[in-house]
Amino acid sequence: MNFPILSSLILLPTIGALFILFTKSSSGKYQSAKYVALFISLANFLLSLYLWYVFDKNSVDFQFVENREWLSGFVNYKVGIDGISILFIILTTFITPICIISVNATITNRLKDFLIAILIMETFMIGVFCSLDLVVFYLFFEAGLIPMFLIIGIWGGERRVYSAFKFFLYTLLGSVLMLVAIISIYWITGTTDVEKLYELGIKAEYQNLLWLAFFSSFAVKTPMWPVHTWLPDAHVEAPTVGSVLLAAILLKMAGYGFIRFSIGLFPLASENFTMLVYILSLIAIIYTSLVALMQEDMKKLIAYSSVAHMGFVTLGIFTMTQQGIEGSIFQMISHGLVSAALFLSVGVVYERHHTRLINKYGGLVSTMPRYAIVFMVFTLGALGLPGTTGFIGEFLILMGAFEKNILVAMIASLGVILGAAYMLWLFKRVVFGEMNNQDLKSMKDLKNFEIITLTALVIPILFFGFYPEPLMNSIEASVENTLNMYNFDLIDNLASKD
Amino acid sequence: MENFQYILPEIFISVSIMLFLLVGVFKKNSAILIYNLSNLSLVILLALIINLSSLDTVFLFNNSYLIDNLSNYMKIILVGSGIFVMLTGSKYIQVINLNKIEYPILILSSILGMMIMISSNDLIVFYMGLELQSLALYVLASFNRDNLLSTESGLKYFVLSALSSGLLLYGCSLTYGFSESTNFDQILINSTEFNYGTTFGIVFILVGLAFKISAVPFHMWAPDVYQGSPTSVTLFFAILPKIAALSVFIKFLYTPFANMNDEWQAIIVFISIASMIFGAVAAIGQKNLKRLIAYSSISHMGYALAGLATVSNQGIQSSITYISIYLVMNLAFFSCLFMLKRNEKYYENIEDLSGLSKKHPILSFSLLIVLFSLAGIPPLAGFFAKFYVFLAVIEQSMYFLAIVGLLATVVAAFYYLRIIKIIYFDPEKEEYETSHNLGLKITLAISTIFILAYFIYPSGITEIVSKITMI
Repeated sequence: MNFPILSSLILLPTIGALFILFTKSSSGKYQSAKYVALFISLANFLLSLYLWYVFDKNSVDFQFVENREWLSGFVNYKVGIDGISILFIILTTFITPICIISVNATITNRLKDFLIAILIMETFMIGVFCSLDLVVFYLFFEAGLIPMFLIIGIWGGERRVYSAFKFFLYTLLGSVLMLVAIISIYWITGTTDVEKLYELGIKAEYQNLLWLAFFSSFAVKTPMWPVHTWLPDAHVEAPTVGSVLLAAILLKMAGYGFIRFSIGLFPLASENFTMLVYILSLIAIIYTSLVALMQEDMKKLIAYSSVAHMGFVTLGIFTMTQQGIEGSIFQMISHGLVSAALFLSVGVVYERHHTRLINKYGGLVSTMPRYAIVFMVFTLGALGLPGTTGFIGEFLILMGAFEKNILVAMIASLGVILGAAYMLWLFKRVVFGEMNNQDLKSMKDLKNFEIITLTALVIPILFFGFYPEPLMNSIEASVENTLNMYNFDLIDNLASKD
Repeated sequence: MENFQYILPEIFISVSIMLFLLVGVFKKNSAILIYNLSNLSLVILLALIINLSSLDTVFLFNNSYLIDNLSNYMKIILVGSGIFVMLTGSKYIQVINLNKIEYPILILSSILGMMIMISSNDLIVFYMGLELQSLALYVLASFNRDNLLSTESGLKYFVLSALSSGLLLYGCSLTYGFSESTNFDQILINSTEFNYGTTFGIVFILVGLAFKISAVPFHMWAPDVYQGSPTSVTLFFAILPKIAALSVFIKFLYTPFANMNDEWQAIIVFISIASMIFGAVAAIGQKNLKRLIAYSSISHMGYALAGLATVSNQGIQSSITYISIYLVMNLAFFSCLFMLKRNEKYYENIEDLSGLSKKHPILSFSLLIVLFSLAGIPPLAGFFAKFYVFLAVIEQSMYFLAIVGLLATVVAAFYYLRIIKIIYFDPEKEEYETSHNLGLKITLAISTIFILAYFIYPSGITEIVSKITMI
């Protein structure tokens, strides 16, 4: 492959953003800007599908690798994908057009700037998932803060300033330690190239500290208990589209980072800290589920449920079993689709009724039957009903956990029940029940573009729920390879001790 | 006589200064003419320096004057930024009625002083250069003499700077006394053994230099002088003396005192950490943009010094890269400040930026880029500046310095974000004028594009700087 397909994926949205910069609109509606954004993001989606099509699923190597000299002499711009990253790239390119279609409803002022921010954001997100160099990864990982800060701060709700600052400073604080770790790795091994680092390995004596430095960054971004508090604030204040991007893709950067870097580069340390991750994940699953039960704000409830779901993800990754890691990846993709859908659903009623408080709603099923149906699918997807993607992820994670530690698995299973409790209760209070509020009677059912976006999300949730094979196929070889390397390093280390 | 061809730039600028002075005295109302001529002479000066920069190391005048890669590079960025400083300020000084012949002439003479400082290889030559630039700066700080703040800042700067010059001179005399020479190389040869006299000499000299670079704990003058001086002078203060002082820092630490790095390393680490933390924390409560940028420059100097503390070529190069990127960011920031003009009045409070993004999208976007870059967020130029410094610091396993420095960036990010918040999130105020002079627009465009596009080819500066080796 001579054509730099990955770089095109990364650059295309930015080029689109530049185009939008020069569009003009006399009416202030920016139709042309919208079409450009939609066209670019759809083109990017098709390109990523093509990438998936030509991608060799049986190979464990990184594919479509591009390696260019960048920081003279020591850091190369290196991108490439394996079976794991391709799924996240497709998730990103799939969610972005949905966001752009949904912009219609939620954003009224400075539409042009908003579209630019989303497209730039897409560039950074794709960059994160395909970078094969630690410095390049850090660059994309951190750069994403800028558009997200603006999205929350400019188009957010009442407490947007507080939330935007909290989001930015929390994430930055977590990440600077990772930068120290990355530079240290460079001086320890002489390279920041991930592939080379996999081969070279990092000496056991350094691994624990480096792992902790990476962990500080990923834990904030995941987010794990107790550094999750920025997420509910950011979600509640962000505009609908911002919440969708945040929940569907930004949170996945950390899960991806755990698999690619924490396990891949520091296997010994990952083994040492397994219990820490288990405990934090279990607290996240149980505690935030309970917190979610108490929420009166719909977005906040979904935000806390995200923390709980990401708790499952971290738990699954650190079981270090084939099922656990595959389940985690599946859960991340599933959560990406489901949480995006849930936030869009909240956006639908918020736009009509201008409140997110659960007790202001009730009995929507009689005025908005279509909405009730899709919302039900998403609710069931979130609680992990068999037949939706949520089930497969949680099931595999729990299977992996049972293999390693029965107690942990049992406590985590409680989270599934709690998850069902808060999601169903939310659904019951919003969609069923009596219609107390007279305003609700005049609420219109889904508009066309809402049907398009929500159906686009229903299809993969159900399809991959019944037939997960395509996704599983894609990740199987890469996960197996990651685990083999991991186990090999552990045995190697034991042998060297004897 | 053959020595003189190497100091052609210095001779040229001295002659220009005297010539312009004569023109100014004998020709009435020639302020604008002299301003433009001065700028032209800076361009010629830059060309002369670049012409010399292909040469290897040359020692002149009995080894008291040195032209090498370091001095050439520093002079190029010094004069280069001098040109942009003049370009951006031209309209400003006309509006606030400072358009006098002395203004450009003082700027030129302080640039001459800085060039002598940068090239000096002898304590006496160094001190002469230092005083030439300082005297010009005292006058410049109080140039707006009808303004109370400006006179105050001039006086403050004079008193404190004179004190620090005194300390510096005392340090020089101690060094001379114990190492029996004023020549840098000779001092290096004579100071192989530890002795208290030279150690005290180093401490006093470092105090004097730290004052010039406004590093904590010798930073007291910076906020007042930055705020009180006319904005065009503040811009000058924020860039040029820092370049000269940093270059002298490098020179002192790695030529005469290279053998005594055990003695000075701890001092540099301390003032670096103190500057990074103090600059970040103290800027949080500021209301005036110029005052805020004073604190911000204190913390930036902390990062530049962190590179010097490493005792490695990599560290020196990272500091030089840092100051090069820092000066571009400052140029961009001040260009934005010069654009906040309404009804012949310039605005410089943070509150005046409120809601700027609605009416002035391009100006706001430039400020956004500059501020994120000052905060060190990738992929902007400011991130690479910090990245190189920490790369050098961690190479020497100075993890404490690296972690404190990076944590300070998080604190500093807060106040940069606060300005962005005011520009982008707050309700809008009155519109500012949109017509600006060409020089200002060009400076802003060039510097913003530099910051924004630096990541595409980050090796450019690194490759030039990598020729500078001191050890």
